[in-house]
Amino acid sequence: MLESRRFVIIGFFALVGVIYLLRLFYLQVLDESYSIESSSNSIKRVTEIPFRGQIYDRYGKLIVYNTPVYDLLVTPYKVKMDDTLRFCQVLGIERHDFDSLMAAASAYSRVKPSLFLRQLSKEDFASIQDIMVDYSGFEFAKSSLRTYTAPTLANTLGYVSEITKGQLEKQEEPYYRQGDYIGQSGVERIYENELRGKRGTKFVMQNVAGVYKGSWKNGELDTMAVAGENLYTGLDLEVQQYADSLMVNKVGSVVAIEPKTGQVISMVSAPTYDPNILASRYFSKNFAALVRNPYKPLFNRPVMASYRPGSTFKLIQALIGLQEGVITPGSGFTHANCPVGCHNHPATSTVALGVTHSCNPYFYNVFRRLIYKNNIKNTFKASAVGLDAWHDDIAKFGIGQRLGIDLPSEYKGNLPDKKYYDRFYGEYRWKFSNIYSLSIGEGELLITPLKMANVAAIIANRGYFYTPHVIHGIGDKKTVKPEFLERHETGVDAHNFEPVIEGMIGAVEAGTARRSRVEGITIAGKTGTSQNKRGDDHSIFIAFAPVDDPKIAIAVFVENAGAGGSAAAPIANLIIEKYLSRKVTNKALEERMMKLDLMSKVVLPTTKKPGETETKKKTEEVKKPTGDPNDPANRLPGAPHPANPAAMRGPIALPKQSHQKAL
Amino acid sequence: MAESKPITKNVDWMVVLIYIACLMIGWLNIYAAVYNPEAHTNMFDLSNNAGKQLMWIGTAALLIICILVIDYKFYETFSFVIYAVVIFLLVVVLFAGSNINGSRSWIKLGSFSLQPAEFSKLAVSLAISKYLSDPAISLNRKLKDYYPIMGIIALPAFLILLSNETGSMLVFASFAIVLYREGMPGFIPAIGMIGAALLIITLLFVKWYIAGAIIVIAGLVIWLMPVMTRRRGGLWATIIVAFVMIGIVFGVDFFMNNVLQKHQRGRIMVLLDPDSDPRGIGWNVIQSKIAIGSGGLWGKGFLQGTQTKFDFVPEQSTDFIFCTVGEEHGFVGTTIVVFLFVALISRLVVLAERQRSRFARVYGYCVAGIIFFHFLVNVGMTIGLMPVIGIPLPFFSYGGSSLWSFSVLLFIFLKIDAQRPFTLSRG
Repeated sequence: MLESRRFVIIGFFALVGVIYLLRLFYLQVLDESYSIESSSNSIKRVTEIPFRGQIYDRYGKLIVYNTPVYDLLVTPYKVKMDDTLRFCQVLGIERHDFDSLMAAASAYSRVKPSLFLRQLSKEDFASIQDIMVDYSGFEFAKSSLRTYTAPTLANTLGYVSEITKGQLEKQEEPYYRQGDYIGQSGVERIYENELRGKRGTKFVMQNVAGVYKGSWKNGELDTMAVAGENLYTGLDLEVQQYADSLMVNKVGSVVAIEPKTGQVISMVSAPTYDPNILASRYFSKNFAALVRNPYKPLFNRPVMASYRPGSTFKLIQALIGLQEGVITPGSGFTHANCPVGCHNHPATSTVALGVTHSCNPYFYNVFRRLIYKNNIKNTFKASAVGLDAWHDDIAKFGIGQRLGIDLPSEYKGNLPDKKYYDRFYGEYRWKFSNIYSLSIGEGELLITPLKMANVAAIIANRGYFYTPHVIHGIGDKKTVKPEFLERHETGVDAHNFEPVIEGMIGAVEAGTARRSRVEGITIAGKTGTSQNKRGDDHSIFIAFAPVDDPKIAIAVFVENAGAGGSAAAPIANLIIEKYLSRKVTNKALEERMMKLDLMSKVVLPTTKKPGETETKKKTEEVKKPTGDPNDPANRLPGAPHPANPAAMRGPIALPKQSHQKAL
Repeated sequence: MAESKPITKNVDWMVVLIYIACLMIGWLNIYAAVYNPEAHTNMFDLSNNAGKQLMWIGTAALLIICILVIDYKFYETFSFVIYAVVIFLLVVVLFAGSNINGSRSWIKLGSFSLQPAEFSKLAVSLAISKYLSDPAISLNRKLKDYYPIMGIIALPAFLILLSNETGSMLVFASFAIVLYREGMPGFIPAIGMIGAALLIITLLFVKWYIAGAIIVIAGLVIWLMPVMTRRRGGLWATIIVAFVMIGIVFGVDFFMNNVLQKHQRGRIMVLLDPDSDPRGIGWNVIQSKIAIGSGGLWGKGFLQGTQTKFDFVPEQSTDFIFCTVGEEHGFVGTTIVVFLFVALISRLVVLAERQRSRFARVYGYCVAGIIFFHFLVNVGMTIGLMPVIGIPLPFFSYGGSSLWSFSVLLFIFLKIDAQRPFTLSRG
């Protein structure tokens, strides 16, 4: 009886065989989808790269658009090269270029096409198109280049380049392939997903020689490429270029913001470069040159460079002082019993006069009252509690915080709190006398030009701000990102701004910035002189105008230009006038600023060695006015910053570091 | 004994021819899988898998000659000795083995490696055959007769599991076929298959629906049951069976999450939906299906495949060799291979049934079962019908250990079969 089981067993074997054959018949003969997916020889999948979105300025003027060019692709396993020399001649390349390009392509894939020569112009393409038919394995793909209507805004817009190997490996969803372009910095990087559009796919038939034989299945399976979304900025291209011309031969930044909306009107990172040089066949060469440039033109100073705010910080001190009630608009202070030095100026009997004359002892006293504004007897404990309360008030102005602008690598800055000093001195082992240099914007404070422009916007708005942003409209519907429509309050009442603004008007009319006042426009401004270890002081000016209905808030930073009134204030006021009245009256000042060349004053890291003694002298000078034992400048040279490694980028950081100073 | 008669007269030439056909097709496909159109890979170059495989084939031929020369009684007499030697090797490999792909199961001999697990199939087959050759043993009456068989299988299975070669261990499931032939009640393999089917169904459908369906079917069975059967306990038996099945349905989650390891669970999920993890475990399944599917009816032609050649399919010369067949020779090629295997194992069953000794018959079934199981799982995984389990396709996949072990396994049976006219029936 058991013998009959052999039939069951053989039947089972046969059943499995039949099931497998049916499955194979389905996979191999019936189901066509698998034969398309494999790179079969007769049906080819062609990817259509859409045009990237274009970028416009606030008046609808085009800033960035695309020019069609042709990429030459190679599929290594198809290449049969009989006459390599002629081929090289036609393309205008050397034999060793050919070899290395082929090697790179083969290393990526032997079956998939990879980029061989990129971005041939329409004219080049026309001249070689016919000859290329003789060479199998090569094909052209239409592509496009970013083109800029004006040689400006290089760092803000960013650049587009071929995806790097690391980016290719790191991408979360496998979207990009070898040779694809991707936004690498600035707006191009932040808005990559909006700008890149949607790739299309076409299935085409071709014969053994790779000749096009029409679309497959009449294009039923094809998907159209969708162009990327256009971006609308708040930038004013004309003012931007004017600001560029004023910043020629200087190192520094200009940031102008529309206070009512937070839109960036202008953003200069000097020195800059023509963005068109990175959107060409010569990307690698030009990019390498920019990287080597000692002034670091690729460093986006408005959001990445760090400075001490200097006297511009006194505005915030005054506002917090008024809000906390430690001073009234009529409070006055003299120079008596004050460790910080000052210059000769009329008596500062009100807040407005204190601001106008930028009196150091005045704000020393305001800060002292803020820190000791509590009932704690022990001065150490009182300082600790006071500093944290002060820290929280200042933080609302965006100091020591990332503002959240739509540009990459925004520097956070530094706003010290109790913990910060505890790390140096230990808990309750420091008090006001150790930290008073903060009162006048020196010491451990670090800000960026963007932050100070935002402070100007806060004062212009009398107490609130919108996150500064470059893109104020995405796509045809001009959608604004919701975070840019959110109003941020500083907690300082509107009436407390008036005495400060009065002081700022005074500064421009009769105070530290009086030499650059503009006829017919009431500007409220404040100069700052940022001390730094290396080279002359940085010139800073923040302002807004018109006072009654502010349309522009601005911050100008010029490195190693001396006092705020010498370079930053004139440049800021010229830009304000240009923006508000589209013309400039003070031609003499304009010409002087355009011609001003400070490049020789900028201390480069390479010149550090011979200038060692000078650097030391400078350190002592910096030390003098504050006398602050905690000044990082007084720490041992070469020792790492104990608290905040990021602060090492700052101008007062230690000699080894400091990109920004390097510029 | 008429030992003077040449072995060539009595050996089953049909099996030998299928064996040679498999080796040749397999070798050409290994060559196609490693072929590089630029470098014009040499078939005989020992630095690539095709050249090495040719060397393995040559040495296998030497082994076969040895097997055919050795007296056929040797295998029966020394069954347990061979079993003991293989067990010893399995223990040795645990301590002295070199680690390849996370499995500590290879013994390195110079530049070549041997995998004792491959030879455990032979050892277990011989040991089971020897044990069952005792006519007093009955598998359909005495439960205690199963214990030694369980022991014979469990010992090497446990050792192989320790060396992380789950795939080789699963091959022991193929002994169910021989046990069934020798009298194991039919409901035992049926339960196994129903259990596997329930597992898959449970993962595809809502559990409550399946439970409902089982209750409905149980009701129908009871309703259609002859009254006598129902009275004699058929009612309760059906109800209990239905409840056990529902229990399995709801126990699947526990089994999937607590018993299986993560990668094993992943392989089962991918079987049901390869797109669930297209870059991970699903990659193999998708790429292998694309390669086979792109072959079409006639295939792309010898050495013309692109999917297998350019490394889309992993392990293309070992576990996924069937993809190369499918891509380059199309449905025609895969049909030929499937026919070769079905013909081989069916022929082995026929040969086994004509043996006069129980030892020879059991051993023949063991060989057929093992080859069938490899075919079932290996081809099944490349076409997405079986989970991805790394076991080779006999005679096709690249690899010395597997080629040797299958050749030895097969030719011991052919040798015994060739002596059939001279043996006396005992069983």
